[in-house]
Amino acid sequence: MNHAGDDEPLHRRLGLTDDEHARIAVTLGRDPNPTELAMYSVMWSEHCSYKSSKRHLRTLPTEGPAVLVGPGQDAGAVDVGDGTAVVFKIESHSHPSAIEPYQGAATGVGGIVRDIVAMGARPVALLDPLVFGPLTDERNRWLFQGVIAGIGGYGNCIGVPTVGGEIRFAEAHTANPTIDVLCVGVADADDLVTAQSRSPAAGSLMVLYGAATGRDGIGGVSVLASATIEEGSATSRPSVQIGDPFGEKLLIEASLELISAGLLEGLQDLGGAGITCAVSESASRAGLGAALDLDAVPLRQPGMEAFEILISESQERMLAVVEPAKLDAVRAVCERWGLRTAVVAEMTEGGALTVRRNGEVVADVPATSLTDDAPEYDRPSAAPAGDGDVAEDPTFAAFDGDLTETLLALLASPDIASKRWAYEQYDRLVQGNTIAGPDSDAAVVRIDGSLKGLAVSTDSKGRFGALDPYLGAAHAVAEAARNVAVTGAVPLAITNCLNLGNPERPEVMWQLTESIRGIADACRAFETPVTGGNVSLYNESGGSAIWPTPVIGMIGVLADHRLRIPGAFPGPGLAIYLLGETFAELGGTSFADAILGLVAGRPPALDLAKERALQRMLAAATSETVLASAHDCGDGGLAVALAEAAIGARNGFAVVLATDLPPHVTLFSESASRAVVSVDPADEDRLVALAAEHGVRAARIGETGGPRALLEGLIDVPVRDLAGAWEDAIPRLLGES
Amino acid sequence: MIGPRIGVVTFPGSLDDRDALRAVGQMGGEGVPLWHADADLRGVDAVILPGGFSYGDYLRCGAIARFASVMDQVVAFADHGGPVVGICNGFQVLCEAGLLPGALIRNRSLRFVCRNVWLRIETSQTCLTSALTPGETVQIPIKHGEGQWVATREQLDLVEGDGRVVFRYVSPAGIVDDAHNPNGATNNIAGIRNAAGNVVGLMPHPEHAVDPDVGPEGGQPLFASLLHTAGVTV
Repeated sequence: MNHAGDDEPLHRRLGLTDDEHARIAVTLGRDPNPTELAMYSVMWSEHCSYKSSKRHLRTLPTEGPAVLVGPGQDAGAVDVGDGTAVVFKIESHSHPSAIEPYQGAATGVGGIVRDIVAMGARPVALLDPLVFGPLTDERNRWLFQGVIAGIGGYGNCIGVPTVGGEIRFAEAHTANPTIDVLCVGVADADDLVTAQSRSPAAGSLMVLYGAATGRDGIGGVSVLASATIEEGSATSRPSVQIGDPFGEKLLIEASLELISAGLLEGLQDLGGAGITCAVSESASRAGLGAALDLDAVPLRQPGMEAFEILISESQERMLAVVEPAKLDAVRAVCERWGLRTAVVAEMTEGGALTVRRNGEVVADVPATSLTDDAPEYDRPSAAPAGDGDVAEDPTFAAFDGDLTETLLALLASPDIASKRWAYEQYDRLVQGNTIAGPDSDAAVVRIDGSLKGLAVSTDSKGRFGALDPYLGAAHAVAEAARNVAVTGAVPLAITNCLNLGNPERPEVMWQLTESIRGIADACRAFETPVTGGNVSLYNESGGSAIWPTPVIGMIGVLADHRLRIPGAFPGPGLAIYLLGETFAELGGTSFADAILGLVAGRPPALDLAKERALQRMLAAATSETVLASAHDCGDGGLAVALAEAAIGARNGFAVVLATDLPPHVTLFSESASRAVVSVDPADEDRLVALAAEHGVRAARIGETGGPRALLEGLIDVPVRDLAGAWEDAIPRLLGES
Repeated sequence: MIGPRIGVVTFPGSLDDRDALRAVGQMGGEGVPLWHADADLRGVDAVILPGGFSYGDYLRCGAIARFASVMDQVVAFADHGGPVVGICNGFQVLCEAGLLPGALIRNRSLRFVCRNVWLRIETSQTCLTSALTPGETVQIPIKHGEGQWVATREQLDLVEGDGRVVFRYVSPAGIVDDAHNPNGATNNIAGIRNAAGNVVGLMPHPEHAVDPDVGPEGGQPLFASLLHTAGVTV
């Protein structure tokens, strides 16, 4: 806290505006006291209230036949048949990770897992979409290594496999890495613990279980800790949240046991805004109030102030709503797992949240005013001046580089290169249901005890978004759906994390609204509703924001996981087809960035109807078992897609490309809605017929076989060399090979 | 006919306990869950100490788990010749409990590593390899941060001299070399046995190499051996 700010009124130092302060005073009929101000400041923060984005998020399509729980809960849920619900959500932990990468990433994993558990679901998969600054910078390497170690260090200890994600690099993310994490859970549809399924009565108890509450994670209101508002607070020092994955594992098992035994009326994880949020949301959902006794909260440190207990974000805690008659049974389960329990509140009629400390009332506010009454802002939005310099569009630049060398360089470019260095640090196997892991277009996880597979992919298109946030977002949805579709699964629904800069700047607000518009249009076209998500704003430093980076987490269902289509060519003698059309589109591509050093021009166009047709065709071809392999044609275009399909099982190919486009455009254009598939020659007629039926262009471009990647007249290189370039790039950047 | 009953101990922080139970079932045995706080092996024919991070492993891997109530029973069971297999964290627990020599320290890379590795069978004189021939290779995944087996000179001489090495990390062709040592373990040792061969500890996860839908199948002959031994022991 700088000294100049000490003269500011408390509410401003807590990040509340004068209008917000006045609004609270009107609600209470008096001025809020400092403890109450602390509660409002966290509940009405951007992070908790979505006050800048809410009105725009409402435009997203959220309904569909499969949706069981839409946005607004801890996580969304979809029905995958047989009485099984799939719960999933994405969240960001970018800000803490930028300061302390290991603990920031670790506690991010812990938080999203608790969100899934709070819905009554067993977490079955984690995916980590990440964007860092370039690894040529030492601090970026430190962030990268710390985040990967933190994801593994936490995820590997809680028995949830980390099965995928993506890792990208961009200069704009140097000071502000984007660290998102998605968790998927599986529940009996009957066990879904939500406001809809239970309605606790007044007199129900709120039981806090898990870790003790300490002074960690209250940095957001550190002003309070340095202001002498109560005696004894001079030594209060906020600290970084520290994860305890062992505690989390116990919390998962105990919570699931409590739910399956039917002992709970409600369950809430403690995340942002801590006890304040958990208690007020539980009460507010039930249309009740609560009497909260802070003296009952087990504390890690003596002498904690009321406000510290209220807003502490100590990890590994949950809050259960329990009928008094079931309290002993709840305590017995928690004790069996070695977890401490404390009855901290009772639900009351009337809607007031009354907080006591040392027997005295320290706060008395309507619970719903904390959860529902935050203001909504319609912040000014404006497109940046100048509309992309078309003259700079790399599509029209001459290129006379060696095409084989160019392909090798693209495979070694950090966005495309193998991320094995990272994902080998993740346990992808625990639970024994990982059909396809991080090296697949989409991860595929078997639903335990069934033949069904869940395909999950996380995707972002940062460069496209930097050039056109609408197209960037729509492409991210399309690529996520396509990655799910090439495994043979049918895309079902999405969760999304909108990572952007400061929304008080009109340009960022425009990026936000354009991103949402892009997601909405694509999701409507694919009939994949949005079941929830997260908004991470203020990702900028020195007035320079990250690229607008909406990350899409797509869930799809594979009726029988044994039908899953691999991405790599499985053997020689197969016919290779390119599905979809290639246009002269190099704007925003990997080629333009990695080879020409240009992020300029217009990103490729996206025809949503064509994209949808391709996805439907892939699903039909899967159920008719026509495909031997299918791989998304994305970053790096057709040449990289062929190379990756060859590298997977070291099967070469011979391809002839008939086209009027310049060779480098044909090879590296990133036109949307394409896939490289291989089929047994006996199945070619059926493939061609299916393509025609769905209106998808299918071109036979060659055959698999041999040790070389041969694109006639353009590229000729051993697959071994392609694999070497692709696999060695990240270790080399880290100075390890 | 019901197969042999194989107990799998759940400590707080065990992670691959359900996976071991499932593998036992898939191979024709009956998996019996055992709880760390119960001093009762429920009459099982063999015991598996599964992978995970017992008690968080914040002190030293397996250092607290060995004091669990169930461990006295496991030690007595082993002393009477009962088959006991420790996988990953379970191997660490067996070393801490003094049932096997040596210790597991952090991987040479100082990083957690999850990948499929090739193992060469060094002896068939154990409850876990009786159905295999020395020199055979199997593919099984590893996933650990602290899997580098180390020992004192005397322990190493005993283990090597008395044929107590059960598995070594090797190339796909079965050659012992440094390039295929994933964690820096002494002499590429991936698993060892006690003198009688009824107690085996290994870092790789055979329970994740039984179901061909989710991984390699190198764990099948290991579980077949265990079920056979357990059936005979009864």
